[in-house]
Amino acid sequence: MAFNAAKMVDAMTRSQVEVPSGVGSGVMLDVFQGFVHELRAAGLPVSMTENLDAMRAVELVPLTDRDSLREVLAATLVKHFRHRAAFDTAFDVYFALYSGGVSPESDGEEGELGEGEEAGGVPGQQGSGGSGEGMGNEELAEMLLSALMNMDREQMRQLAAMAVSRFAGMEPGRPVGGTYYLYRTLRQLDYDALAGRMAQRAAEQAGDEGEPEDPLGSRFQREEFEARLREFRDLVEAEIRRRLVADRGVGAMARTLRKPLPEDVDFMHASREEMAQLQNAIEPLTRALAARLAQRRRRRNRGHLDFRATVRHSLSYGGVPAEPKFKHPRPSKPDIMVVADISGSVASFARFTLQFVYAMAGQFSKVRSWVFIDGIDEVTRHFSESDEITEAIHRVNTEADVVWVDGHSDYGHAFDVFHDRHLHEITSKTSIILLGDARNNYHASQAWVLKELRQKARRLFWLNPEPRGYWDTGDSIVSDYGIHCDGVYECRNLRQLERFVAAVVEA
Amino acid sequence: MAERFATVNEVVDRLREVDYLADTGIAGVVYLADRLEKPVLVEGPAGVGKTELAKAIAATTGSRLIRLQCYEGLDESKALYEWNYKKQLLRIQADREHETDWATVESDIFSESFLLTRPLLEAIRAQESVVLLIDEVDRVEIETEALLLEVLSDFQVSIPELGTIVGQQRPIVLLTSNNTRELSEALKRRCLYLHVDYPDLEREKDIVRVRVPEIDEALAEQVAQVVRSIRALDVKKAPSISETIDWARTLMYLGHSSVDPEVIRDTLHVLLKYQADIAKAKKELVSQANGGLVKSERARQ
Repeated sequence: MAFNAAKMVDAMTRSQVEVPSGVGSGVMLDVFQGFVHELRAAGLPVSMTENLDAMRAVELVPLTDRDSLREVLAATLVKHFRHRAAFDTAFDVYFALYSGGVSPESDGEEGELGEGEEAGGVPGQQGSGGSGEGMGNEELAEMLLSALMNMDREQMRQLAAMAVSRFAGMEPGRPVGGTYYLYRTLRQLDYDALAGRMAQRAAEQAGDEGEPEDPLGSRFQREEFEARLREFRDLVEAEIRRRLVADRGVGAMARTLRKPLPEDVDFMHASREEMAQLQNAIEPLTRALAARLAQRRRRRNRGHLDFRATVRHSLSYGGVPAEPKFKHPRPSKPDIMVVADISGSVASFARFTLQFVYAMAGQFSKVRSWVFIDGIDEVTRHFSESDEITEAIHRVNTEADVVWVDGHSDYGHAFDVFHDRHLHEITSKTSIILLGDARNNYHASQAWVLKELRQKARRLFWLNPEPRGYWDTGDSIVSDYGIHCDGVYECRNLRQLERFVAAVVEA
Repeated sequence: MAERFATVNEVVDRLREVDYLADTGIAGVVYLADRLEKPVLVEGPAGVGKTELAKAIAATTGSRLIRLQCYEGLDESKALYEWNYKKQLLRIQADREHETDWATVESDIFSESFLLTRPLLEAIRAQESVVLLIDEVDRVEIETEALLLEVLSDFQVSIPELGTIVGQQRPIVLLTSNNTRELSEALKRRCLYLHVDYPDLEREKDIVRVRVPEIDEALAEQVAQVVRSIRALDVKKAPSISETIDWARTLMYLGHSSVDPEVIRDTLHVLLKYQADIAKAKKELVSQANGGLVKSERARQ
């Protein structure tokens, strides 16, 4: 079915794009359509209209101008900044071979490429016979260092190619992603120590005249070096990718590199890097939540009749108060309580949870938060006193008193204590958000607490990081609690979290 | 109609003439917007020059800039057109003595002179070349977004009393968004998309030099470096480009020829607007500027 649909789109595209130059004809159109299909396979919502726009757009730029081509395709096909990384990956794979410059034929043989490029490109190096081959590893490292120091992009590109030839040890047909080769190459180049060596070199060059102790200057220098090293790393990665594509073909490569979009990354299994990206994504989300709650509040109840303004306005209708005017009510601040499980079974989710709470606390002044395992402790001040999320999380993990007996989740006891201590603080303006998997280790559920909380609070929500299929299996008693909540939401990725935010605002 | 730009590079050059430094991404999309006659949705953090881009395009193409500032509660009567009730009422009252028949009065009070044009209608009716800027489109409700969609897709408007008004020309349309909510798929589908981010060191330096011509290169470089440093910190509100420029100007007025920790400490409030951010930047940049290279590098990986 999907296959047929794809075919049809293809046919439609062909008939609708007038094909004047070489662009739309045969081969290139196939490449572009393959590219669009790949984007869809990676999860980007590319519509028919956008596809057509893209095909019209590529005719407006020369195909040899790779940067423009990339931007033009991105402008028409990618409508969310979070999707840009996926787009770039696919673009690099699909258009690696059209990047001009080096032809991919010689790729199978290790070393050949580096040699060919090096002979033509790197000026002033001892031009002895086999150039690339004849050079020792130290010389290569030395050249790299000087290229980095002088920010010679062309030479960096060539050195990246040489390094890949020499160190990556790429084997044709081996079904691994580029990361393995990347780390191999970088390790051989002693990448982690390069920044230090650059700083050392810079100090030597500054030599006599150099101002010895200038912390600010050295900070800038360090940042500059880091930026250059990142650039070099990208070059190496691009080179590896290019060779892999030549070896294994575009389609296979694209499939290997395909990653879930940021909004589909599972909180429970997110890598460190993905977690950092998530953190960036959460911030705007809480801002959205704040903005929309404020909007909703203002629109929902308009204030009392503003008599003065009404009379004043009636003058323009000849004294008839045709248009009553109202006062704008001052929006009340939302009052939010977040109660989160931070036990081992939801540890990575808890990290995300705390990030979310931290971001919320930045938006709303009246956010209070608690964490629990089998004991419960308020952590509001940990968040408000910490400047940084990592510091806040560290403080929560070390200072919060959350273990009561054995450090295994006991929702019942935690809720019970919460009820005793804080019930009187809950008002009809309070929204309560509970986070956890409701795996209670067969303790008493004490679900009546939630019933009472809900009666007093404005709204009570439960976010569960487990897939819905696992709910109520084993010691999970999410339904026992769920019947007392205004909503129980599966919340494993950003997409679901966004859905929750939208639902809260609608409710 | 005549195209405004011949190539992507021409976009870059002509924007540079009006002191706007565009990278390939920005220039490419502007070029496409002109050729494909499609609106552009521009997103990005506050203060990276989204609104400025519209002004620059207007300046370099000699077009009039029409701006529609969006806010929550914006509706048809504020965005598109409205009948001038007060004037109409006056007219009816003035006519009372003459006993004109209703048909005459009606055709009279629903004529052009009683119409209040709002930015969208203004852009459609314009005879000359126009750049339409719809600012902060994420602030309007979904319903108003639908209205925008209708106008942007056909560039015509039906006013029941006057008939359909069709655009004389296709303006360049820019919509900006600060991402406080997801815009509808339908709107995104109809627009080209441009995400503008903070510029890299080189471009920021160039921007400073263009906007503050009297600054010398070394100082501009230092300014850009400091700003890059601060943006790398985890601050509530990273310095925008306009704040960078303000800071560079401040340094010029105060007669500083180079940046040192003391100067940073005294002028940091130009770059950062939150007390917590200022404290953090001071701690990082002024008191302990060293250490942590390897650490941060590891953390990144």
